[in-house]
Amino acid sequence: MQIWLIPALPLLGSFILITLGSRLPKKLIPAVGAGSVGLSALITIITGYGFIGDSTKVIDCLVWQWIDVGGLSPAISFHLDALSLVFIFVITFVGFLIHVYSAEFMADDDGYARFFAYLNLFVCSMLTLVLADNLVLMYFGWEGVGLCSYLLIGFWYAEEKNGYAARKAFIVTRVGDTAFAIGLFMLFQNFHTLNIQDIAHQAEQQWMVGSQTAFIISLLLLGGAVGKSAQLPLQTWLPDAMAGPSPVSALIHAATMVTAGVYLIARTHVIFEFSPDALLIVGIIGTATLVLAGFAALTQFDLKRVLAYSTISQIGYMFLALGIGAWSSAIFHFMIHAFFKALLFLAAGAVIMALHHEHDMFKMGGLRKKLPLIYWTFLIGAASLAALPLFTGGFYSKDQILWLSLAGEHGNLWFFLFALLGAFVTSIYTFRMLFITFFGNEKTHVHHVPGSGMNIPLLILAGLSTVGGFIELPHSFGHFTAFSDFLKPVLPSVMVLEDFEGIEWIVQLIAAGVALSGVYVAYFFYILKPELADELKSSAADLHSFWFSGWGFDSLYDKLIVKPYVLLSNINKKDVVDKLYEAMVWLAEFFNRLLSYTQSGILRWYIMGIVLGGILLLTISLFKG
Amino acid sequence: MSELQATSGLLLAGTLFMLGLIGVLIRRNIIFMLVSVEIMLNAAGLAFIVAGSKWAQPDGQVMFIFILTMAAAEVSVGLALILQIHHQLKTLDSDAANTMKG
Repeated sequence: MQIWLIPALPLLGSFILITLGSRLPKKLIPAVGAGSVGLSALITIITGYGFIGDSTKVIDCLVWQWIDVGGLSPAISFHLDALSLVFIFVITFVGFLIHVYSAEFMADDDGYARFFAYLNLFVCSMLTLVLADNLVLMYFGWEGVGLCSYLLIGFWYAEEKNGYAARKAFIVTRVGDTAFAIGLFMLFQNFHTLNIQDIAHQAEQQWMVGSQTAFIISLLLLGGAVGKSAQLPLQTWLPDAMAGPSPVSALIHAATMVTAGVYLIARTHVIFEFSPDALLIVGIIGTATLVLAGFAALTQFDLKRVLAYSTISQIGYMFLALGIGAWSSAIFHFMIHAFFKALLFLAAGAVIMALHHEHDMFKMGGLRKKLPLIYWTFLIGAASLAALPLFTGGFYSKDQILWLSLAGEHGNLWFFLFALLGAFVTSIYTFRMLFITFFGNEKTHVHHVPGSGMNIPLLILAGLSTVGGFIELPHSFGHFTAFSDFLKPVLPSVMVLEDFEGIEWIVQLIAAGVALSGVYVAYFFYILKPELADELKSSAADLHSFWFSGWGFDSLYDKLIVKPYVLLSNINKKDVVDKLYEAMVWLAEFFNRLLSYTQSGILRWYIMGIVLGGILLLTISLFKG
Repeated sequence: MSELQATSGLLLAGTLFMLGLIGVLIRRNIIFMLVSVEIMLNAAGLAFIVAGSKWAQPDGQVMFIFILTMAAAEVSVGLALILQIHHQLKTLDSDAANTMKG
């Protein structure tokens, strides 16, 4: 099977929608949009079938020699192995479900064709990103998804704040992208190639563990990953990115694009392995982010912002897993997270649509009876997010990270404790959101019940986020490791320290207990004693508003970067460099004024000029001759 | 033709030319300016005749015929312009036609 078709089909779909767009009949638009991604998903599944049982398989596909100059010869060529297969499976499959959902969700929107065109272009860019066999093509996809993210956050551009959110996302991620680009330059300087496999090969021959260059390059790549994946310190753009339509939040800002940073680090894990310090930093960033974002989510009232902070927090878990070298656990959590977070966003979108674009959770309530299907799917997603034991996918993926952060060869107790704290906070805010939205009294009337076009994707995703976890069971029970075995040819597995062998079930019990007690805390504060929650809120109002603003990062950056920049640009409003050019203009104008005096309009002066000129020429010719 | 005659002939031509030039420069009446331009043309023609007779060549006279023809054409154009100016400005003062000054 030709794997270049996988990104090419969405590109074709996007091309058709951009060129024909509004001239297509309205029924055909979602057919083109969802159909192209659906075909890609089909090809992915057919291709992926060949990988079952033999995941060492690699498919390379050269489409076109792109640039070939001075030793730099990146090609449009794709490299499919077990790691990229997992990613393209999630992108095409979850992407397809979200396209199907959008067909109904966006039906009344004027920009129907535009929406699907952007969404298809996004899927194409994301597939290019994960299939690229060299870092230049990967960077191309990387920027492509950034562009589509910008376009889709600002999709409802008529409102000024949406455009602001779009620009913020674009500029903040650009900071990370710049670091990424510098990292690529340094890699090329070192290895004279940007092919990922060649780099991995040469790094093993040239570098020593702990080398300075490896450390700097790792940090620069991490910078790119941190920007795209909304980790500390570049996480501020993601909560604002919720200005886009809900399917966009589900696809781009939860399931796929924001995990590009995780993919980048997993893909270049060879480089990171040469620098244990950089890996430690990855782990610290992940841990700090997951705790910070968890507490910020605890105080939000906008349904989508809770989910946005929880996305940041869950990607923090993935970074923690990467930081301790548990590569396949990170990818496993990525996959399960994609399922349940897409589900949560789509369900939240359905709720918001049902209540006439109401985002405030405190104006919802009592929706359990009115929207039973949404409630049950949301409950499944929430249980998975909170990692409730045994029957949810999230439990198996998060438990593995928790266990390895304690017992893995690079783990340490602090990582484990903070991850546990994060898990506790996660289950509180998840069920706080669930209880406020679906329990209690009805506050806003439901005016629209979603149809089957939206329900079916929700049901499929609910199924996936439940059974998805069973493909990797912990050692203590089941010991079924299909997923990590599948990834083993690409990503090495992590060693478990001997001291901890045999106590895995204790860690699992603790994790399960923490998750369940989080649910109880939420139940206590928001169902049993709602007045206590308000009391707590008013007694710690400062802390509440601090967390509500996402730990004050926005105002910090405002003071630290935006204000000084505006100040400097105000001082230099009349650009210093411009003075030179202004002087030239002034000189020209001066001579213009001077010479325009000679145009007096009096004929005799003109004749005098001719005469004087003639005399001058004659005199010169006399003296010369 | 002797050297002396040629010299005095050229002197006469030069004097005539200067008279015409000064006329153009100091006159404001546009008709007088045109007349002065004619004097300058004829001074140039005279210089051609003198030079032609000095070297005993017909070219000088040929050139004079040319100048005469051209002068006739020029005067007709010039007079037409003067008529237009008079028509538009109701005066023959050349300084009045200064609306295109810079």
